[in-house]
Amino acid sequence: MSASWSFADAIFYFIALLTVVCGAYAVASRNIVRAVFSLLGTFLGVAGLYAMLSADFVAVVQIMVYVGGILVLLIFAVMLTSRIEKAGRSNPAARPLAASLGVLCGLASLVLLASLALLAPWKQTAAGDFAPTTAPLGEALLAEALLPFELLSVVLLGVVIGAVIIARRDPEVGG
Amino acid sequence: MDALYELITGSDLGFWWKQLLLAVLIGAVGVIVFSVALVYAALMTYLERRVSGRVQSRVGPNRVGPLGLLQWLADGAKMILKEDVIPAAADRPLFRLAPYPVVIGVFAAFASVPFGEWLIAADLNVGLLYLLAITSLVVVGILMAGWASNNKWSLFGGIRSAAQIVSYEVPTALAILVVVLMAGSLSTQDIIREQGGWPWDWYVFRQPFAFAAFFLYFTAALAEGNRTPFDLPEAESELVAGYNTEYSGMRFGGFYLGEFGNVYLMCAIATLVFFGGWQIPGVSPAEHHGSWLWQIVGFGLFFVKAWAASFVVVWLRWTLPRLRVDQLMSLCYRYLVPLSFVCLLGTAVLMMLVPAGSLFDSLLRFGTFGFGLLVAAIFFWRVLWHIRHVGDRIDLKILARGVRGRFDPAIQHRAYGAFRKQQKQPEESR
Repeated sequence: MSASWSFADAIFYFIALLTVVCGAYAVASRNIVRAVFSLLGTFLGVAGLYAMLSADFVAVVQIMVYVGGILVLLIFAVMLTSRIEKAGRSNPAARPLAASLGVLCGLASLVLLASLALLAPWKQTAAGDFAPTTAPLGEALLAEALLPFELLSVVLLGVVIGAVIIARRDPEVGG
Repeated sequence: MDALYELITGSDLGFWWKQLLLAVLIGAVGVIVFSVALVYAALMTYLERRVSGRVQSRVGPNRVGPLGLLQWLADGAKMILKEDVIPAAADRPLFRLAPYPVVIGVFAAFASVPFGEWLIAADLNVGLLYLLAITSLVVVGILMAGWASNNKWSLFGGIRSAAQIVSYEVPTALAILVVVLMAGSLSTQDIIREQGGWPWDWYVFRQPFAFAAFFLYFTAALAEGNRTPFDLPEAESELVAGYNTEYSGMRFGGFYLGEFGNVYLMCAIATLVFFGGWQIPGVSPAEHHGSWLWQIVGFGLFFVKAWAASFVVVWLRWTLPRLRVDQLMSLCYRYLVPLSFVCLLGTAVLMMLVPAGSLFDSLLRFGTFGFGLLVAAIFFWRVLWHIRHVGDRIDLKILARGVRGRFDPAIQHRAYGAFRKQQKQPEESR
């Protein structure tokens, strides 16, 4: 691509703006329900960025997992919380100790991410090179990355069993 | 689409012209897909109302246009012109925003639905996964509407709907995975190309597990689309209208169109995944590829198959009673999810053990096809048996004659005449 401002660049900046603005709103909003819903824009924006990086499979999975699963879970959690209309009660960012801890954690992860982004040896590919990634991903998962893949599935199985045990009604209490 | 893209990027126009043309191309494709989806969703409302009329021995819409075919235009105009009421206690921005994720989720999915071999906006490499993923936006919209309305019925409807859609996504995806396993691709067009035109070449009849997977998919997709017998989120008898109770005007129209677009979408996915898509019996893919005639026939075939499936969906809605919430959840997690895992495993085992094209493979294929025919035959025989023993309450043939023209009390009277005669002497007619 030339140095000029192309249509693809315009789409990129639009998506990036959507992601950042929605993310900022999610952090800054005092209304926790609106904050959760604004995450929708962030998740979709990140999916769009993946798609522009020619990671089509990851982009679709991002929508499926984050929008279809995690966001819905978050919304449920927020809606089942009592008296969430009062942000002071539900959002501990209002308290000084919690706020300073949060800022500290945020700074630490910012430093970590920035150092990763700047120091990692990124592989550069030509722009606009949209090769399908599904088949190579599948092969990698079942060949060189088989052990972590299987380990992850065992971890997930443990999580599912744990969730069932926690959610199960106590036979002595419930009927 | 791809050809036009190549044409633009390959041409020797200036940089700015190219970018402008690309933007116009993308915009035009978006507008076309949106309009097509809109028309399909609107036609679905017409089908629903006509079929429900027939099922309940009513007439249905028959005044606007021939056979009432333009009713959806009148409905659309009405919805746009109606006042958009926002309750005073509602969360205004969220209330206004809520229909958009629903409409976007359903209509964006149309981009990857094939209508014919050439007629697809974006033949994505991950098409089927995209279809499953992008429709999950609907859940967010419904939850948003349920919350923002600040109404207990709406909130109940929204939460029920979200629980239902999230749960039933699992069996839907697993049932589709059976076919993805057989086709070895996620692209919608590749999956259709792997099948053939004749019914025994379709994926439903390839082997018994795929046959079972189709029924699992259809049941789970009905629930995902909030259709009866799984329409708990909008159960009129309990929740007024569920998550869209407070909505009016075009915002209600958004939910309405999203729901009906979703019905066509699930039927189109069933058609392309299980029923051979646009493949024409006896026409090879090479012949199909270059010929305008076969393209049009293929489009017609896809259209007929998808709308036949939609008819079944509507028919089910007006025939079956609604499930309870606990029944709904136990149906999903105790039956559909384990059964779809069995189908997936069975398909994998069959693919390992039975080489394609072997004698056993064809035996499986034709055996499943024969079984399907048998089931259909028994079904139709039972339906005929019931009709004969219950007796038709209304003479639809006479009534249909009246539909074409204007309202005619004499014809209506004659149509119901047979029923009245039956009621006078109930013992003798039985």
